[in-house]
Order: sequence, then C-alpha cells, then structure tokens
Amino acid sequence: MAPSTFQPTSWRTPDIEEYRAQVRRFVATEVAPHQQRWAKQQHVDRELWNKAGALGMLASDVPSEYGGSDGNVAHQTVMIEELTAVGDTAFSISVHAIVQQYILKQGTEEQKRRYLPKLASGEMVGAIAMTEPGGGSDLQGVRTRAERQGDHWVLNGAKTFISNGFLADLVVVVARTGTEPGARGISLLLVETKDRPGYRVGRVLEKLGQKGQDTCELFFEDVHVPADAVLGGETGRGFYQLMTELPYERTLIAISAVAAVERAVQITADYARERMVFGKPLLEMQNTRFVLADAKTKALVARTFLDRCIEALAEGRMDSVTASMAKLWTTDLQCEVIDDCLQLFGGYGYMLEYPIAQMYADARVQRIYGGANEIMKELIARSL
Amino acid sequence: MRLTDEQRAVQEAVRAYVQAEIAPHAAEWDRTHHFPKEQLRGLADLGCWGIAVPPEWDGAGLDYSTLSVVLEEIAAGDGATSTVVSVNNCPVCSILMAFANAAQKERFLKPLARGDMLGAFCLTEPHVGSEAGGLRTTARRDGDHYVLNGVKQFVTSGKNADVAIVMAVTDPDAGKKGISAFVVPTATPGYTVARIEEKLGQHASDTAQILFEDCRVPLANRLGEEGMGLKIALSGLEGGRIGIASQSIGMARAAFAAALAYAKERVAFGKPIFEHQAVQFRLAEMATQIEAARQLVHHAAALKDAGEPCLKEAAMAKLFASEMAERVCSAAIQIHGGYGYTADFPVERIYRDVRVCQIYEGTSEVQKILIGRALA
Repeated sequence: MAPSTFQPTSWRTPDIEEYRAQVRRFVATEVAPHQQRWAKQQHVDRELWNKAGALGMLASDVPSEYGGSDGNVAHQTVMIEELTAVGDTAFSISVHAIVQQYILKQGTEEQKRRYLPKLASGEMVGAIAMTEPGGGSDLQGVRTRAERQGDHWVLNGAKTFISNGFLADLVVVVARTGTEPGARGISLLLVETKDRPGYRVGRVLEKLGQKGQDTCELFFEDVHVPADAVLGGETGRGFYQLMTELPYERTLIAISAVAAVERAVQITADYARERMVFGKPLLEMQNTRFVLADAKTKALVARTFLDRCIEALAEGRMDSVTASMAKLWTTDLQCEVIDDCLQLFGGYGYMLEYPIAQMYADARVQRIYGGANEIMKELIARSL
Repeated sequence: MRLTDEQRAVQEAVRAYVQAEIAPHAAEWDRTHHFPKEQLRGLADLGCWGIAVPPEWDGAGLDYSTLSVVLEEIAAGDGATSTVVSVNNCPVCSILMAFANAAQKERFLKPLARGDMLGAFCLTEPHVGSEAGGLRTTARRDGDHYVLNGVKQFVTSGKNADVAIVMAVTDPDAGKKGISAFVVPTATPGYTVARIEEKLGQHASDTAQILFEDCRVPLANRLGEEGMGLKIALSGLEGGRIGIASQSIGMARAAFAAALAYAKERVAFGKPIFEHQAVQFRLAEMATQIEAARQLVHHAAALKDAGEPCLKEAAMAKLFASEMAERVCSAAIQIHGGYGYTADFPVERIYRDVRVCQIYEGTSEVQKILIGRALA
C-alpha cells in the first residue's frame, strides 16, 4: 500500500526496519517457496524452526541470558507482518512466542534456564493445550486432570485445536491439579513430549483454511511428568497465569489481522489496476474505487489503533479489555475487507491459485481462536 | 407465497431423495472431488434435469417456481450438485426451449431434459467475466461447417458435460450483433479440457477451462440466426439467476439447520448455547433472512411463470439471496466455534461452497448494474 504520511509508529525504529529486511529475506527463501507443500503435508518442515532459531527469529522478545535477542514485541510484530505479507499461516510463531512468555514471566528460574534457550534455538517447538473437546472458550470447565503420585504428576485427558500440535516438543497443558471447582484448581504443566509414554498426537485436523498449520488433537493417558513441571512451581495458579498473557496473545492476533487487511487492499488494488472491464481498468469503476477507498480507510484506522496497542504492549501497560477490543475489531474487519476484495476479483477470486481466495479461507478462524469474538464482547461488556 | 399441492409433492419427493442419497455423501465428494454421476441420474429420474421443459420434449412440464423449490432442496444437500443441475436446466435447456428448431430439440433438448446428456454453457472467457460483449472466441464459416477457435473460462461441467452451448463471434465487425450461439457435442475434435480449476468450494462440480482449436461444428448446430448469440445468451440468465438464488437459499438453510441443532445440544457456561441471548438472536436473524430471500426468489419466479418481465426482480433475488447466504453460513460457523472451522462439521464446506453464489451468473456488482438500469 502507498505509505501514508500519517504514521504514528514510534515502535518502527531504524533498528526494527533493519530487522525487517533480514526477516523478509528469510521469509522469501525459507517460507514462500514451500507453502503449497506444507499445506499438503499439513505442517511446516521441522527444520524451519531450527533455521529461524539460528537467525535469532524465534526469541526476539526474550532476554539474551535465556538465549533470546533482547528485543521486544516490535520484533515479533515484524515477523508476523512479513509472514502475513506472503500469505503464510503455517508457521505458527505466535503460539511458540506465547509459550516463551508464559515461561519467562511465570516460570521458575530453573524452568527458564531449561526451556527458553531450546525454544529460542528451535530445538524445541512450543504449543499450548488449552481447549478440550466440548470445551471451547469456556475455560472453567477443564476436565484434563493431573494426579500427584510420589514425585510425579499423572496426567489424563484430551485436548483439541492445538496449534503446532503435530511438531510440538514442549506443551503447556492446562489441567486440574486440585479438587477446587472452577478456576481455582487449575495449573499449567510443562510437558516434554519426547519419549513420553501415554502422550499421543491425534490426527491433524482438516480445516477450512490455514492448511499448513498443524492443528491437532492431543491425548494424555497416564502420562507421567516430574513434580517440578508445574509452571512457576506452585499449583492452582494456572487460570491467573493464562489470563496474564491473553493481552499478548490477542494483540498478536490483531497484528496478523491488520497485516492481512493491508495485504488484501494492496493485491486487490494491483489487480484492479490491471484488469480491464467494459473497456477500462476495473479500478476506474466507481464501485471499485469506493470499495477500496473504504477498505484503505479502515486499514489505516485499524493500523493506528494497533500501533498504539503495540506500543502499550512494548511498555508493559496493555490491558485485557483493550486487547479484547483489538482482537474483536481487527479480525471482524479482516473478514469483511477480504470478502469485499475477493468480490472485486470476480470468478478468479474463487480460484485457489489467487491469493485472495486463500486469504478468505485462512481469515475465518481469526474470529474464533484466541477466544471467540463473542467472548471478547463478554470481556469488554464486563468493563462497562 | 404458498406452494401449490403439486409443488409441495415435488418438494417432498426431491427432499426425500436428496436427504437420503446426496446429503450424507456431500462431505466425501468435496474431499475427493467426486462427480456424483449416480445421484445426478437419480435426480434426472425425478425430472429435475428439465423441470420447466414441456412433456413433449421429455421434460417435467413444470415451471420456474417449482425449479426454485427443487434447486433449494438439492442445494440443501450439496451445493456443487445443485450447480450442475441448475446449469443444465437454465441456461442450457431454457435456451434450447426458446431458440432450438424441432430437429435440434429432438437431438439435444430431449436427452438433456431426460438426463441422458449433461449440458454446459460456454460464455465467459479468461479476460471477460460478467461482461457478455467483448468475446474473442471466433466461429468462422467453412462450407457447411463453422470452425471454432478460442478459450472459455469457468465452464461448469466442462469436463463431464456431453454437450455445450457456445457463444462465439461470427462477425467481428458487428460488435454485440456479431455473436452467434452453437450447440457443440463435447466429443467433437477440437473441444479440449485445458484445465480443471482448483476452487475454494463446490469440489464435486468440475469447473473447466475449455480450449477450442479448429473445432468443426455443422451448420445444423447453430441456434437461431447468425448474430443472435447475445440475445440467446442473455435470455438464459434470468432463469439462471433465479436458480442461483434458490441454491443460495438451500445452502443457507442447511448451514442454519446445522447451527440450530448444534446450539441446542452444545452446553457452555452451564446451559445450551441456544439459551444465550446472543446466539438465539443470531439464529432468529438467520431464519428471518432466509425466509425473506426465499419470498423474493419465489416472487421473481412467479413473475417469470406468468410471462411478465422479471429482469430486475431476478437480479434483486440473486443479489440478496447470495449475500444473505454468505452471512448466514458465516454466522453458522461462528455458532459452532472452533468446530465450525473443521471439516468434521458440514458448515465448513457449505461456507466454501456458497461464496461463489455472489460471483457466477453475474457478480453482485453486475446485478446492481442491472437493477440500477431498471431504476434509471
């Protein structure tokens, strides 16, 4: 999109733009050429994680003492924006980053030293096992249980819709460790999946879009994990721990939503400039001009809001209600704008070889995961 | 608008067949891109291939209102199958009814109406979508034949069809009046399926790019006079739009039914989600939108059956119903939450299938152009 002179982007420093150039090269060589194959095999190549890790791209907002790059959420933003710019939804770095934040902010020193360097290098891929079959956004009803037996926890339960589930080496499992009802008995367990009897990866789910993302069912049958696997070392804090990182997770979703809106407007404007209808470029039709003018305006409004969210997050003052608003509004906008743009492609917009068709299929879940948009409204409404 | 006893009987018969023989397989056909020959035969035996074709030409002898009811039922089972049947009825059979001579009707309309031949319609070209002027496919006269050359795009059933109605330019200097229509058996040398498109949805129906390379068609296969092509092509579009609008309603209805059943079953925050006001209001709105669209389509069909002009009404019905259907299918996914995004639930497929209803048979924008002209 033509750059606007109105760009309130304090997070976009020269350093960040330098990093962007590096990320863009990486995405062009290591991601873009493989997208179709990944969609077919339903996961990225495992080596991709190691390659990104070797370049410091997997732990940009983790301190260097834990193997990270001492950056902040701006670096994470750049990564998401550049992946979105080529239409990638397979490489789920966001979930990996959230696992890192859980450990960094909530973990014991021992947990940080054990896991953060491996997550930074790509030696370990992170996933979060929260949702259960029949559970959805209703976290209080978690049924997966961990029973204490000697110096171990014994884990039983089933999880679904787990991003990175197929390749995951470290899974943050939401489980009941106590008998208290509702939120109070919940803990987060760090489960290493390698050579872990009773841990089973179910099928990679067949989805409407995001075909290259390994979204899985996970099963735990008498899985033994060491006593010190509880995140932060203290049981019963899981619900609180989950809540503290939700603003981060929801802002990351909003980042990808706005980046997708910007891409949709750009590729559609490019198409409309070239495509001839009734003797003139499609872009000269008033309907096209107005639809795209509307979309571009919304994109800038969204970008402006988002940039403030990124700044707030970088400064550690992002609140849950604002993050819910960002997730709700930008993902609704993403679906709306992509739909309007697809329509301008006519029949070609329905053909999967055109990126806009792929973006349409990929976008729909943004209004569902990370807390369905109805849940966002509930959370926002509670602040009234 | 109330269905007649006859329409209700047809509806019941088609619904029973579709729900038993088509709906249960739709997901698998989508996955495997399977063209449902056997079930299309079953629909043909019920008369669905030539609903408005008179009995003397082996059709069901019914009308467009009944066609609308039938296509809604088929689409409620599988959107892709309904597209194949829709195209065969209209524009293919409807054009032959209006413009074919007795010999052509005998050779083509009869088997098409019976379901012994499947029809396709070749109008769109790679560079022209909803704009019927500007065609580049040519038909050059050579003795008692025409020689067709050119490329046709997004041809529904282009691979599986036995016969195609093809629009081609016979007089390049005459502009819109230089187009003629031909009936081309797909086995004719020079009719080549260049590619099968990979689409967002409707995988059970093949959408093909057809290459005409020195494809020789006898003079006897020309429909009407030379230069009548555009008129012929446009004549089929009204009924076609009523058809797509009806399909949209069928797909929306199926997504709605799935969402309603799910909402009553699924418990969150201590009660069935149907009892959460946001969900119940959403379902109430979906049901209202579907019914409003249905009435609009039946009105357009009733005008057509009465022989009254219905260009504007058909365009309005197609515009409203197709846009309604996308909204309803999206809402149905949202009610399903994460499950709605997976292929384990039908709404995922229906959402992909329904999107093209706003595109084929004239995009929403073209419908607005037509409605706008009617207002001018």
